[in-house]
Amino acid sequence: MKISENEDSITVYLTGDIDHHSARGIREDTDAVVQMKKPSVLNLDFSGVNFMDSSGIGFIMGRYRLMSLYGGVVRVVNVPEGLAKMMNLSGLSALDIMERRGEKIESTK
Amino acid sequence: MKVQNEMSMSFESRSSNEGFARCAVSAFVTQLDPTISELNDIKTAVSEAVTNCVVHAYRNTIGKIYINVRIKENFVVVIKVRDTGCGIGDVRQAMQPLFTTAPSEERAGLGFAVMQSFMDKVNVRSKTGKGTTVTLEKRLSCRVGNG
Ligand SMILES: Nc1ncnc2c1ncn2[C@@H]1O[C@H](COP(=O)(O)OP(=O)(O)OP(=O)(O)O)[C@@H](O)[C@H]1O
Ligand SMILES: [Mg+2]
Repeated sequence: MKISENEDSITVYLTGDIDHHSARGIREDTDAVVQMKKPSVLNLDFSGVNFMDSSGIGFIMGRYRLMSLYGGVVRVVNVPEGLAKMMNLSGLSALDIMERRGEKIESTK
Repeated sequence: MKVQNEMSMSFESRSSNEGFARCAVSAFVTQLDPTISELNDIKTAVSEAVTNCVVHAYRNTIGKIYINVRIKENFVVVIKVRDTGCGIGDVRQAMQPLFTTAPSEERAGLGFAVMQSFMDKVNVRSKTGKGTTVTLEKRLSCRVGNG
């Protein structure tokens, strides 16, 4: 997992399989940086993720709540085709944190 | 429906086995030449069922998880995931989307909803104090060269 920082945003590049087993480490690493930097935007970049079950949805919702605590936002970016079904089913689109198709986000480069 | 091939395995309810379980089932089903998306659906549903055994059925303990996979006629795959853990008191309620008994652990309450939308059929049999069996069924698309 790689993390990059801009002035006011942090991008977490998630990789591999996200399941109940791996979510714990990902959560701890992400929250450590977020709590230290308190960015106004947290980008969760899924481009390197091969597999994700509902534990990944729990992870996104947890970060959404954490960021909301101090007025920050979460953005879910670069979701691979294979994860689209899971993301759609989750109802996360209602939170308006999903990157829209065609819209590229600066900090993901 | 006639069973054409069958596989069974059991393993301990350690979270490190979640990846092993879904990959083992996926490797077995690969002989049917499924599409990538079908294989991903199966892996995801198995991951949900196995994680539920680890997280809920055997909470704070280690127990055995049993998986049985049957390949039947017409490319039908039937997967049973069984535990002898705490069981589910109200299965209908448990299967409601967003229902979870572990919200503080960042569970989304979507496991059963995912199984239902990624598979053709999901059946849950459970008895409090005895355990739970989740049966997942999916018919794979028939592709030329299959047989
Ligand atoms: N094998 C099981 N043994 C005991 N209880 C279970 C089992 N499977 C599911 N449950 C109960 O059913 C509820 C719903 O399960 P479901 O998988 O839909 O959501 P979850 O596991 O709570 O969250 P998520 O799957 O999104 O991480 C669980 O919270 C738990 O109370
Ligand atoms: Mg679950």
